[in-house]
Amino acid sequence: MRLEVEITGKTFRSAAGGTHEVLAPVRFALQSGEVGVLIGPSGCGKSTMLRIILGLDRDFAGRIARPPEARIGMVFQEPRLLPWRSVEQNVRLAAPEVSDAKLSELFRILELEAHRSHFPGELSLGLARRVALARAFAVEPDLLVLDEPLASLDDALAGRLRDEIATLVASRPMMTLLVTHSLDDAIRLGDRLFFLSPRPARIVQELPIAIPRAARSEAEIAAIRTELARRIQAEQGDVHAGRDVP
Amino acid sequence: MLRLLSFALFLATWWTAALFVGGAKLPSPPTVLQVMTAEASSGALFLHLGATLARVALAFTLAMSLGSAIGYLMGRVKLADRLGDPWLILLLNLPALVVIVLAYIWAGLTEAAAIAAIAINKLPTAIVTLREGARALDRSLDEMASVFAMPRWRAFRHVVLPQLAPYIAASARSGLSLVWKIVLVAELLGRPNGVGFEIGVAFQLFDTPRLLAYSLTFAAVVLVIETLLVQPFEARANRWRPRAA
Repeated sequence: MRLEVEITGKTFRSAAGGTHEVLAPVRFALQSGEVGVLIGPSGCGKSTMLRIILGLDRDFAGRIARPPEARIGMVFQEPRLLPWRSVEQNVRLAAPEVSDAKLSELFRILELEAHRSHFPGELSLGLARRVALARAFAVEPDLLVLDEPLASLDDALAGRLRDEIATLVASRPMMTLLVTHSLDDAIRLGDRLFFLSPRPARIVQELPIAIPRAARSEAEIAAIRTELARRIQAEQGDVHAGRDVP
Repeated sequence: MLRLLSFALFLATWWTAALFVGGAKLPSPPTVLQVMTAEASSGALFLHLGATLARVALAFTLAMSLGSAIGYLMGRVKLADRLGDPWLILLLNLPALVVIVLAYIWAGLTEAAAIAAIAINKLPTAIVTLREGARALDRSLDEMASVFAMPRWRAFRHVVLPQLAPYIAASARSGLSLVWKIVLVAELLGRPNGVGFEIGVAFQLFDTPRLLAYSLTFAAVVLVIETLLVQPFEARANRWRPRAA
């Protein structure tokens, strides 16, 4: 399975009547088992790009090729749970075919066992994110899209959740697209990193990471990070890759 | 307990007022109760009450289902909103009496005319409320349902309907009170039975005890339906909210 993204442009018409270019030509492809990471400054058009890839926005120039039968699992930036359904119902409604065993396993990995019958309004943001993750994985997706899944969590919690995401992503061959502005998250979770420019977004650099995800040691991660930061600064002085760049 | 106390206070006020004003204009509670039991034992009270309740049930169901469907459509589809809006404004501002009289003239003094007239009076408020509800639907949840490829019916039932429930409850409550008021007018003008008809007769005879007997029984029934049906539904629709308003 393969996802091909070929956007030649996207403009918004503002209320005042002017047009704004949100996306410049963007091209990339993703294979099954691969984690692509889109890294770029806030407001550069990452979310717009995701909406186009997911088929929520059809008003753009270019084409998206993904197998029509591909199941999509999505973790939105805000959890987007149904407040009037319990945690378990939220997951089951999106993934009616999920088995009890699979659901129990997901809830165990994401530490949600105690919250099955809670309503989303009773959960913290970290827990609500976990529910959104459980929902996305429960559909056994072919394409998994994660839109800043670790934003606005404290470092310790973000670290734990990142490890849980890594475990789940490794458990199944699928195309994964992660959007983040944290270089650290990108290095720990991704296989190929796409650095985006400020609006209108285009890919300024594509960097594959050779070492397999599971085999990366802390020292290697640190080395990759320094190396990346150096290259980014050398080649693209204008890309703000986020808080983790020294 | 507090409710009982407030009811007792009402009775006491009524009784004292009756003593001052005199039995012809305001009969005392026992007099009214006597008429009530007499009407009840003859069966007339239940017959008229039943006829009124049946009309309310039919007209209310008709107006709610039709109004909800139209309102939802107008809230979701711009063209429907544009087409329907002038009619909606017209219906909203049309006096109930005009609708009832016209219905009786055009469709005769029939049961269908009465029920249609009551339903038409309630219809626009249901439409307006549900249109507001449909406009306030959370787009981000629609997107979620679409990304996860939820079938239409499941998305409607679990994503859309719970968001509309408070609007449906509000529309049911305000609509029911409107229907209670209008049904009596419709009966007074063109039906041979029902609480409205009885009140009309009592008015012509200046029979205040009878008038009060029917009005109060009617009010009691409204109160019972409100507490046993409408309020539990509202509570259920809002149970997921951490703190119910």
